[in-house]
Amino acid sequence: MGGDKREKEWAVLMRAANAGDAAAYQDLLRRLAPVLRESARRGLFRAGASVADAEDIVQETLLAIHLKRQTWIADAPIGPWIRAIARHKMIDALRRRGRRIDLPLEDFVGILASADAEPDLVVADVDRHLDTLPAGQRNVVRAIAVEGASIDEAASRLSMSNGAVRVALHRGLAALAAKFRTRYEDG
Amino acid sequence: MRTADLIRALAADNAPRRLGPGKALALALGPGVVVAFALFLKVLGFRPHLLAMAGDPRLAFKICVSLALAALAGRLVARIARPGADARKTILWLALPAVLLAASVVAEAMSVPIADWGRKLWGANAMVCLKSIPFLAAAPLIAVLAALRNGAPDRPAAAGAAAGLLAGALGAALYAMHCPDDSPFFVAVWYTLAISLVTAAGAVAGSRLLRW
Repeated sequence: MGGDKREKEWAVLMRAANAGDAAAYQDLLRRLAPVLRESARRGLFRAGASVADAEDIVQETLLAIHLKRQTWIADAPIGPWIRAIARHKMIDALRRRGRRIDLPLEDFVGILASADAEPDLVVADVDRHLDTLPAGQRNVVRAIAVEGASIDEAASRLSMSNGAVRVALHRGLAALAAKFRTRYEDG
Repeated sequence: MRTADLIRALAADNAPRRLGPGKALALALGPGVVVAFALFLKVLGFRPHLLAMAGDPRLAFKICVSLALAALAGRLVARIARPGADARKTILWLALPAVLLAASVVAEAMSVPIADWGRKLWGANAMVCLKSIPFLAAAPLIAVLAALRNGAPDRPAAAGAAAGLLAGALGAALYAMHCPDDSPFFVAVWYTLAISLVTAAGAVAGSRLLRW
């Protein structure tokens, strides 16, 4: 499987990230994305739901890993922790979809084979949620995520202080996670 | 927004990491217990001659067993807040205060004449006990739930129940210093019932507040 070695590498990266190494953190999240994508597709396929929604679940899971990273103990195995978060988000997503059954058209093998590649299609959920954020948070998240600006660049582009950009980014991401969660609760 | 974009934003967000579940719990419990203790002093107060009775085994037992339950429930809360945590052993430890309580009931049954059992069980203050323990548990329950919102429990309702158990046990330990009913019969029935009420309230609150 090589799963053990892979998970040890994740743990090393996460410890570096916790010590303030943003590059290690980004590396970790990039490595996790295809793994989460595969498990999301597998879960949706098993539930008889459309695998087209997998990327929403991947993004929601990455947000949860980010916002809940304080719940990982640095000397505990990281694999069970990540799988528990992914499973929680998967179940949540299926429940929110009201167990609506979509007949999957895709072939399962083909689905898994393409898990490494991020689909090019626009991921609808996160953009819709982003639109509902307060303007300050929305602009900062857009500048950094979509336009690839650094904190400093975003600060000068938006005429904000460095600290204000950091705060808006963090609050914006937390608000995005909350929007995912409440998506179907009200309606 | 593509996933790669989101990852860039996540990596750029270097807001200080929040406290882990254990530390968050310890930090929240401080003010929660202080408020509960202040309410205890204001509304209930110590029973007369509490210190003179400190050697009484029944009084010492009901305080100690409540504190033991609080400590074990606290361990459970800190653990259950982590995704994928195996809490089974920690839950098994909760049997310890239950076994101690059962043993104390047996000891009481052997030392008290049957004719007195009813009086000991009903005590003087059953309804006050049922109201006071949840009343004293309210502030700790809010504090523990607030700490748990930092965590990521797999099962929010179960985590809320554990929070209720911890808060109920703390409320019971405080109330034990007011309550004139020391018989294990009374403790086994009314304290248990009151703590169960707080546990149920915690489960309901948890299923709403602890989703993530």
